[in-house]
Amino acid sequence: MILEARDLTVRFGGVAALAGVSFQVAPGTVTSLIGPNGAGKTTAFNVITGFQRPTQGTVRHDGQVITGWRPHRIAARGLVRTFQKTSVFAGLTVRENVLTGLHLQGRVGVAAALLARARVRAEERRLAEEADRVIEFVGLGGRRDELAGGLSYGEQRLLELAVALAARPRLLLLDEPASGMTASEKATVAGLIARIRDGGVTVFLVEHDMRLVMGISDRVLVLNYGRLIADGDPATVQRDPEVVRAYLGSGAHAHA
Amino acid sequence: MRRLAFVIGLAVAVTAPLWVWNPYHLHTLIMAGIFAVLALSLNLLLGYTGQLSLGHAAFFGIGAYATALLSVKGGCSPWIGLLAAIVLPGVAGWVIGRLALKLRGAYFVLLTISFAGCVSLVSVNWMDLTNGPLGLPGVPALEIALPGLPALPLRSKTAFYYVVLLAVMLAYLLCLALIRSRVGRALVALRENETLAASVGIDGTHYLVLAAVISAAMAGFGGGLYAHYTRFVSPEVFLFTYTVTMVIMVVAGGKGTLAGPVVGAVLFTVLPEALRAATSWQWQMLLYGILLVAVLFFLPEGIVPALRRLRPEPHRRASPA
Repeated sequence: MILEARDLTVRFGGVAALAGVSFQVAPGTVTSLIGPNGAGKTTAFNVITGFQRPTQGTVRHDGQVITGWRPHRIAARGLVRTFQKTSVFAGLTVRENVLTGLHLQGRVGVAAALLARARVRAEERRLAEEADRVIEFVGLGGRRDELAGGLSYGEQRLLELAVALAARPRLLLLDEPASGMTASEKATVAGLIARIRDGGVTVFLVEHDMRLVMGISDRVLVLNYGRLIADGDPATVQRDPEVVRAYLGSGAHAHA
Repeated sequence: MRRLAFVIGLAVAVTAPLWVWNPYHLHTLIMAGIFAVLALSLNLLLGYTGQLSLGHAAFFGIGAYATALLSVKGGCSPWIGLLAAIVLPGVAGWVIGRLALKLRGAYFVLLTISFAGCVSLVSVNWMDLTNGPLGLPGVPALEIALPGLPALPLRSKTAFYYVVLLAVMLAYLLCLALIRSRVGRALVALRENETLAASVGIDGTHYLVLAAVISAAMAGFGGGLYAHYTRFVSPEVFLFTYTVTMVIMVVAGGKGTLAGPVVGAVLFTVLPEALRAATSWQWQMLLYGILLVAVLFFLPEGIVPALRRLRPEPHRRASPA
């Protein structure tokens, strides 16, 4: 398993954001984590990527326990995430954003930066080419030299994806990549996710848009109040009575 | 146009001793150069990683004391002293960086202020080592001693001017080389969004420590030059005023640009002296204050970014939201 969470528990004071959650993500799949607001989805992402230490439980990547590692180390292992709230380097251009995302693909340190300028130039050329490829892939080719902060909301979300891809993930964790997007932008994102998966990157997705989730997921996990209440292929999960109840409430009147 | 400004600036700087006859004016330029090194060093932290050090005078002072103690009491060559003026503050910068760990923003500022306070107290109270408030007189001048040739002391203002000019160019090139590499991008990523930086594998603490070490070492180098120039070191080198002056130079010149700190250093060293000549002392600091407020009010990003805006590069037209 590329990712294996066992008995993950996160307590904030008396509230359990996650209460003993275990699941696995198989390599080469798109696996989605869904659930109502406050179910613990983002907390799960934070724990997996090292931004939140679990009260209890372990996270394994390819069998290696990575619980408690710092985020940059986890990223270096190939677990790269995006954020629910749009997160780009706003004061930098699109290209500079992606170049920063390529950090792990570079080797130059302080000594080389000061003394081996030829090496720096060669590396910069290589990284610039790589950056252009990633920018083209997400379709921001025409916006390369714009400041990230000046992009439209949808473009910023695509840039986020580009920055994460630049870090060459083996497991890409996307936290609501399509939230707030128009229908056509969502279709673009869904297409990109499928292409990323086809390129051999495992995708772990938190998303509220059910059509998007059910359309591209190989497997769906459902969280509610910090507990895993369903785990299976999209069709099965959609019919699961407990899932329906979690989304619509136990009464007949739907408010979700 | 930028290249032209650069070439003119360099030409003016290199030929200055030929047409600046008044030794006092040359002295002002030497101090501007020393402050340019200091401002460039502070800019590495404040302008690129986004962390404000309000204890930068400590690194400056440690550098000044390191070389003064070694050459006055230890009998070492001033060049060895100058080397120590780079290494010791660098070590101090490492300690500060490690202590900062996850401290950012206001907490980082407080840490650096406290550090500077401690070091300053030590310089006043460790009488045996530092002579306390009396200071250390008789710091030797730098001299170039090549084998087979008579030693050439760099005692004249003109000679020292060129030493400082060389130092500024070195500091500038060092910053330039760092910024135009993956290391520089990591520093900027820290300033722009440290969480996002961590998510793509950038170790924020590592790069903050790195910036602190290099910045402190550069400030210490500035302190070492100052010691060999004034030939006297006292606890005054730790004055908070020095730190504030550096911050003014960086912010008014344009933080996060390479030319900004240099422009700021020259302007805010020459300006007080020019005002002293032009007005009575009652007006000097008042006018200085008004001019400073005006610069920050009308050019909040600093002088250099404002000048660049006059001829915007096409891709910079989009304004950050």
